[in-house]
Amino acid sequence: MDRTDPAPAPEGEAVCVVRDLVKTYPATRGRRGAPAVPEVCATDHIDLDVRGGEIFGLLGPNGAGKSTLVRQLTGLMRPDSGSVRLLGHDVVRHPERAARLLAYLGQESTALDELTVSLAAETTARLRGLDAPAARAQRDAVLDELGLGPLASRPLKKLSGGQRRLACFATALVGRRPLLVLDEPTTGMDPVARRAVWAAVDRRRAEEGTTVLLVTHNVIEAETVLDRVAVLEQGRVIACDTPSGLKAHVAHEVRLDLLWRERPPLDVPEVAALRDSAAESGRRWVLRLAPDEARAAVAAVTGGSAFAALDDFTLATPSLEDVYLALGGSGTGLVKT
Amino acid sequence: MTGGPATPTTDRRAPAPGRAAHGTGPGMSTTARTAAPRAVAAPAALAPRARLLPALAAVYRAQLSRARVARIPLLFVATFQSVGIMILMRGVVDGGTEAHAVVAGSSVLVVAFVALNLLAQYFGQLRAGGGLDHYATLPVPPAAVVLGAAGAYASFTVPGTLVTALVGCVLFQLPLAQLWVLIAVIPLAGAALSGLGAALGLLAPRPELATLLGQLGMSAALLLGVLPPERLPALLVLARDLLPSTYGVEAFARTFAPHPDWAAVLVDLGVCAGVGVVSLTLATWAYRRAAVR
Ligand SMILES: Nc1ncnc2c1ncn2[C@@H]1O[C@H](COP(=O)(O)OP(=O)(O)OP(=O)(O)O)[C@@H](O)[C@H]1O
Ligand SMILES: [Mg+2]
Repeated sequence: MDRTDPAPAPEGEAVCVVRDLVKTYPATRGRRGAPAVPEVCATDHIDLDVRGGEIFGLLGPNGAGKSTLVRQLTGLMRPDSGSVRLLGHDVVRHPERAARLLAYLGQESTALDELTVSLAAETTARLRGLDAPAARAQRDAVLDELGLGPLASRPLKKLSGGQRRLACFATALVGRRPLLVLDEPTTGMDPVARRAVWAAVDRRRAEEGTTVLLVTHNVIEAETVLDRVAVLEQGRVIACDTPSGLKAHVAHEVRLDLLWRERPPLDVPEVAALRDSAAESGRRWVLRLAPDEARAAVAAVTGGSAFAALDDFTLATPSLEDVYLALGGSGTGLVKT
Repeated sequence: MTGGPATPTTDRRAPAPGRAAHGTGPGMSTTARTAAPRAVAAPAALAPRARLLPALAAVYRAQLSRARVARIPLLFVATFQSVGIMILMRGVVDGGTEAHAVVAGSSVLVVAFVALNLLAQYFGQLRAGGGLDHYATLPVPPAAVVLGAAGAYASFTVPGTLVTALVGCVLFQLPLAQLWVLIAVIPLAGAALSGLGAALGLLAPRPELATLLGQLGMSAALLLGVLPPERLPALLVLARDLLPSTYGVEAFARTFAPHPDWAAVLVDLGVCAGVGVVSLTLATWAYRRAAVR
């Protein structure tokens, strides 16, 4: 039994079950130059179920507690209380088993910085328990799959940020694991590299039934790649559903973005009236309106003298960002690129 | 960005074969708990662990390549420092056992520079930067990570130590015949010092402190190892006896005598080995402690 690869979980079965998980970072007393920090409840009674073969996302702004949560799932951090079961194993009691069940891509990796891409992948494969020929074969296959061949002999340190991230992602793929835990895998990547990442993830899911738990604070990414998403805010899950299920909750709204040339023409009564419901930032107004209100607003700003002052406008159906705001999130820190 | 072949695009939304669409009911729960997660029948099989020796070899190889890429200039610094010290001391000591101590001390100093100072710095930074997470999420025995890194740093000192010893023998007109003893001195002093360096790096609460401790250790090895003990005050002689590098220095210095006391050499090397075992065990424990926070 010890020599077999772990089998993927049967379809739909819970791969990762989290119950009532709590983690609080202790307060630090202020020292000279460093102010005191109050204690932070980074994981606040979280429940989570990730099913087999699913691409499950954790979405939330900076400091929401996403990394803290996945670090407890990977056995890197001991929770204060609560339980984590991965593929039937109690990871709180046996943190060392996590490494034999999952592959983890941390938010930053300094361990590999001075290795070449090829040696980083090969060493990681060896340390994941593969013998030398298997490690070399997987190294070559994964580097090829991700288009990293031309960079194979360069040290990670000398690569661009996105290239380095892709190389780190490669190390998460060598040595098969039924669960991939990826903390912001595509940070800094261009569209080509991103597509390579998602294609690789998809291929593993289709061929091996791999489950993916993904941290992101990118709403576009969340909408396009995730099967289900849990929205985190200050250590709590404030919503969990499919992206379209979440968006159904704000389906009665559309978003109108207005960009003024210099200043909004407040002498136009319709524009002055819109101001009350607009979130302003510089020359930009963001309005969340019922569809008929939005139509009227568009008519108002695109006709008459208001149009001369208008630089650009967009009318869009709700995104996950709107869901997030509707749920009471603070609305800062989610990127849209 | 990579210039590589374009990755074939797959339709992102196409469900995997045989994969049922997940229910997308409109009900929004405030937790991520699904209605009724099916109970997991039996725990899944665990992937095999990496075995100690292959894992150690893999870490060793990776660390040696790191050291080669990034640390060669530092090895030059270490060697020049030791050679410089010997040139300075040539005006002070007048041959005999004092010269033996200077050459042996300068040679072992190279080991202290790399194995103690640089390794403490490396582990301190690795721990602070979250680099340990990478190893901690791989099924690798902690001893493999520590011993692999320690071994690589110790091996990395070999050329510098050899050059220093050769130059020293020429400067002080000492016989070259006994230099083979370095085959034992470098790994054993290396084990003791790199174990100490790794333990300091992993135990220090902050990376700057790890760097500082490593540097202090190296300064101690410099002062207490190179200066002939006959000229040191009593308190420093005691400190000298407590420093593991001293025994490597002594073992090496003894071999320059016309009729070396091989039993004493063996005892000194035994002390190095003992300190090596203890400090590497401590470092492994410290690694385990640092890996799960
Ligand atoms: N080592 C630590 N000590 C004390 N507090 C911490 C520590 N690490 C994180 N925190 C705090 O815990 C909270 C959650 O941090 P965490 O890193 O999990 O956020 P995140 O969701 O991953 O954010 P990001 O999107 O920026 O990566 C934050 O308020 C953070 O300041
Ligand atoms: Mg994070």
